[in-house]
Amino acid sequence: MIHQASYHAGARIGWIEWLPFAAAIVVFFALPEYVPLGARILVYILFALSLDLILGYAGIITLGHTAFFGLGAYVAGILGAKAGVSDPLLQLAAAGAAAAVLGVATGAVILRARGLTLLMLTLAITTILMEIANKATNLTGGADGLSGIKVDPILGFFKFDLFGKTAYLYCLLALLIGWFIVRRLIYSPFGASLVGIRENVVRMHAIGAPAYARLVAVYTISGTIAGCAGALLMQTNQFVGLNVLSFEFAGELLVMLVLGGVGRIYGAFVGPLVYMIAQDQLAKQFPEYWYFGIGLLLVAVVLFARGGLLGIVDAIAGKLRGARR
Amino acid sequence: MNAVLETRQLCKRFGALTVAENIDFRLEAGARHALIGPNGAGKTTFVNMLTGRLAPSSGRILLGGDDITESRQAARVKRGLGRTFQINTLFRSLPVLDNVALGIAERSGVAGRLWRPASAYREIREEAMELLATLGLANDAASHVLDLPYGKQRLVEIAIALGLKPRVLLLDEPAAGVPSVESERILQVLDALPADIAILIIEHDMDLVFRFAQRITVLVQGEILVEGTPGEISGDRRVHEVYLGEQHHA
Repeated sequence: MIHQASYHAGARIGWIEWLPFAAAIVVFFALPEYVPLGARILVYILFALSLDLILGYAGIITLGHTAFFGLGAYVAGILGAKAGVSDPLLQLAAAGAAAAVLGVATGAVILRARGLTLLMLTLAITTILMEIANKATNLTGGADGLSGIKVDPILGFFKFDLFGKTAYLYCLLALLIGWFIVRRLIYSPFGASLVGIRENVVRMHAIGAPAYARLVAVYTISGTIAGCAGALLMQTNQFVGLNVLSFEFAGELLVMLVLGGVGRIYGAFVGPLVYMIAQDQLAKQFPEYWYFGIGLLLVAVVLFARGGLLGIVDAIAGKLRGARR
Repeated sequence: MNAVLETRQLCKRFGALTVAENIDFRLEAGARHALIGPNGAGKTTFVNMLTGRLAPSSGRILLGGDDITESRQAARVKRGLGRTFQINTLFRSLPVLDNVALGIAERSGVAGRLWRPASAYREIREEAMELLATLGLANDAASHVLDLPYGKQRLVEIAIALGLKPRVLLLDEPAAGVPSVESERILQVLDALPADIAILIIEHDMDLVFRFAQRITVLVQGEILVEGTPGEISGDRRVHEVYLGEQHHA
């Protein structure tokens, strides 16, 4: 099912939409050995969700979404390692704020461009940030990464434990909040106008829509969420490496989202889940060339299922419904 | 008379090519005005300058007496300038109702709201439904635009523009590409438009032009050749030459 704002269809949350969260809780109790991997998947889902908001709904194509994620991770990490700010929620808020500022500043410059030009600009921005992180070794640790980060217990109570249980639930709660916000936005009149911009920007101008301002707004919101996701990953690992700013990682994120399905909200849930599990399993079986398996999966999806894995589910559900009739 | 839309010495040049030369044009309140001319006369360029898609090289544009030459497209729409497109410019994958509702939401200032679901804005939906009903599209409200026959898609073009409650409506070839049976339906819709909207129509279908328009302006090579009532235009020798001349080349 495509989740999209409409002035004539309801926006109620269906039971099936709670399924991912229920599944996450089941995993927490039933599969404790997968909890650390699970926490990372939850973070990637939040990150992919922020990408879906701009790519799937507003049609902003980017290979530099890691700029926000990485900035969030570094801001939170530097606060914990160098500035003595060890409260996780404070780190998270600072990461989000920094990413928001980056979103307004870069969005205002690059969002007049579209398509390939925009793609190159986003790529340039994250590459610049990565170079800065690489050179500013006394702040970021450069290529060695940033370690020795202090993260206090959440609200003074919940200590980040060795088994990743606290981190898992913390990330799950953050994802729940992020998902709720993104879903509200998507179903709002603002979300409807983003789809309008994606579908036909010429007509949006002709009905008096401030398309550029809306794009900058959604880019900033998305960047903020991505920045928070970056901070979550840092707090989970208590380490930040340069790769959080790499465009390879941005590409990987894009692959995850395409795999799950773009512009559907839940593609951002399915994609990272399948991708990370496939990576985990394939890397065990074929440590040398596990990327080959991922590539094959992606080629298959792009060739045969443009709507991603969820698109396949939709097609099958549609067939079944048709058959019943 | 009261001009709601006026251009003064409007010019547009692309390098050495002049596509609009000193166009002095007035659209009166409530007018039914047609702009005709052979292919390449600069009609669409003229409309694009009026709406702000193209910046004129020189000259002024006035809407309701205010200079809007420097205004952006969105600002002109807010001031009551609506348009349709010669080539369908619709939200093809969206339902018809949403095509219209997006415009109504912009006009009523709710389109930027972030939290309540769009479907909770009942007044937007109801206004869109009413509008669609007046155009005979009520049964198509839930259909996706790409599933509609072309003639109905042309009506959606008009519906979107009407949702903006414009004072001035620019119709860029509303019947373009529509089979003659369906163009009759479009003409009916045009005839039923509220009398207080000033309409400028660009059209190749002379039948439609002479039935609809009370005044006609003939544009040739970026310049106004002549302006007058349909009677005056159909009797004008220069107009005949232009159109016959074109036919000779064709």
